Amino acid sequence: MIHIENFSKKFGERTAVDNLSLKIAKGEIFGLLGPNGAGKTTTIRVLTMLTRPTAGRIVIDGREASHQEQHIKSVIGVVPQHFNLDSDLTPWENLELHGRLHHMMPQVRNQRIEELLKFVELEDRAHEMVQKFSGGMKRRLMIARALLHQPKVLFLDEPTVGLDPQVRRRLWDLIRHLKNEGLTVLLTTHYIEEAENLCQRVAIMEKGKLIAIDTPMALCQRLGSYAVEWADEEGTKTKFFADRNEASAFAATLVTTTTLRQTNLEDAFVELTGRKVAG
Amino acid sequence: MLYDIWTVFWRDWLVLKRRIGRFILSRMVSPILYLVAFGWGLGRSIQVNQGSYLDFIVPGIIALNSMNISFNSVGSPLNMSRVYHKTLEEYLIAPISSISFVIGKVASGALRGLLSSLIIILLAFAFGAHALINIWFAIALVLNCLVFASMGLVAAMVMNTHEDMANFNTYVLLPMSFLCATFFIPDHLPTVLRWLVEFLPLTHASHALRGIVSGGETPVFSLLIMAAYIAAFCGIGVWLMEKVRE
Repeated sequence: MIHIENFSKKFGERTAVDNLSLKIAKGEIFGLLGPNGAGKTTTIRVLTMLTRPTAGRIVIDGREASHQEQHIKSVIGVVPQHFNLDSDLTPWENLELHGRLHHMMPQVRNQRIEELLKFVELEDRAHEMVQKFSGGMKRRLMIARALLHQPKVLFLDEPTVGLDPQVRRRLWDLIRHLKNEGLTVLLTTHYIEEAENLCQRVAIMEKGKLIAIDTPMALCQRLGSYAVEWADEEGTKTKFFADRNEASAFAATLVTTTTLRQTNLEDAFVELTGRKVAG
Repeated sequence: MLYDIWTVFWRDWLVLKRRIGRFILSRMVSPILYLVAFGWGLGRSIQVNQGSYLDFIVPGIIALNSMNISFNSVGSPLNMSRVYHKTLEEYLIAPISSISFVIGKVASGALRGLLSSLIIILLAFAFGAHALINIWFAIALVLNCLVFASMGLVAAMVMNTHEDMANFNTYVLLPMSFLCATFFIPDHLPTVLRWLVEFLPLTHASHALRGIVSGGETPVFSLLIMAAYIAAFCGIGVWLMEKVRE
């Protein structure tokens, strides 16, 4: 569904994304991980036609981005990182504007707006001003907006940043539900558990480069399935083991408090990027 | 494309409709002040070309007011939408052309300029001005609104902060409101300044409006200059909309 070949983006002298290639299949939830400034948002902006690449080829839904930008725009839905709803309009009007911009027929448009407002549980607030909405409500409305024109690919840039845990879990359910309906989803996040929970495959980016791409499980198993964690004067240390008995034998040799647990994506991330990220 | 232009325009119309009362009231303040200060106050003792000063400045006030309203109706919201709210992205992500966006925005800004001009015309009559308003007057007014709505669009796409936008107002619009034949005829200005003033679009607007009101020849040259400005600003606007993606 999404096919990126040797894509680079430079802003002046600074290289934001360096020679990135990847393929995302139809119906996949794909996560793009990386520390702040790794180039995730730039990648999304280029894939959503907001920024043009410096080099490389991008194909979405079988169309070349360089030639058929308008077609691609009509089959993608985008939820950006920042709230970009029109605060002078009501939720209904925000959706109607979107529907009009996507050339939806009035009847279909109104029906979809009703459906989606129900779907994101905002039908009671349809005619209030967006300005008064909380972060979670705005995010849900932005998702409804991105889905209004029945896109084939959904881009979510940090979809759950700053949301309550309950709202976050509801959004995850919503995203899974969309996947089951055949939508391809590309999301960026720096909440590791979000990627672990949602994504079939993740790519880890650092300093504009792709450093790993695999299933969350496989990335964890690269290190070993079990992790022993302990603290000494230098800080927290972690050691990985393929076997549980080996891990507990090692833990027994340590004199401080130790934790024996399964390896998670965060471990893989930290090992690969050499830095701890928030979340 | 026509549908997309309508969509862009429709959004602005929705917002205007919600605030139409406030819009009209606030638009009455500055013209009333001008009419009182220059028409009643200062104007009593001035005669211009055998007419009253009130009759002389009404076209000037219309020109400068339609300039300000058209410019600011597009400029400041679009600048905020691009730089702060990022709502411009909603249009950039949509499958519509830059031309449709530019035309829709400029048209909606011009509409606000026209509405506020209508308010001034009514007020001016209430203050006792005598003016001849015909189709050429309407054309000149529409052109002036379009010139400054499209200039507002260009400024909004170029300026990167709200403060720069305010500075643009101070350095470009404010001098024009005083110098461009709005309150006096610039014939007696020093030569270099006069040339500069004659190059500016607002001069042509005041000149054209005043010429038509006083029943003179149709100022075709001024109208053409304004049309050229519109074409240039819209062209630059479309180019900037494309460039925003680089």
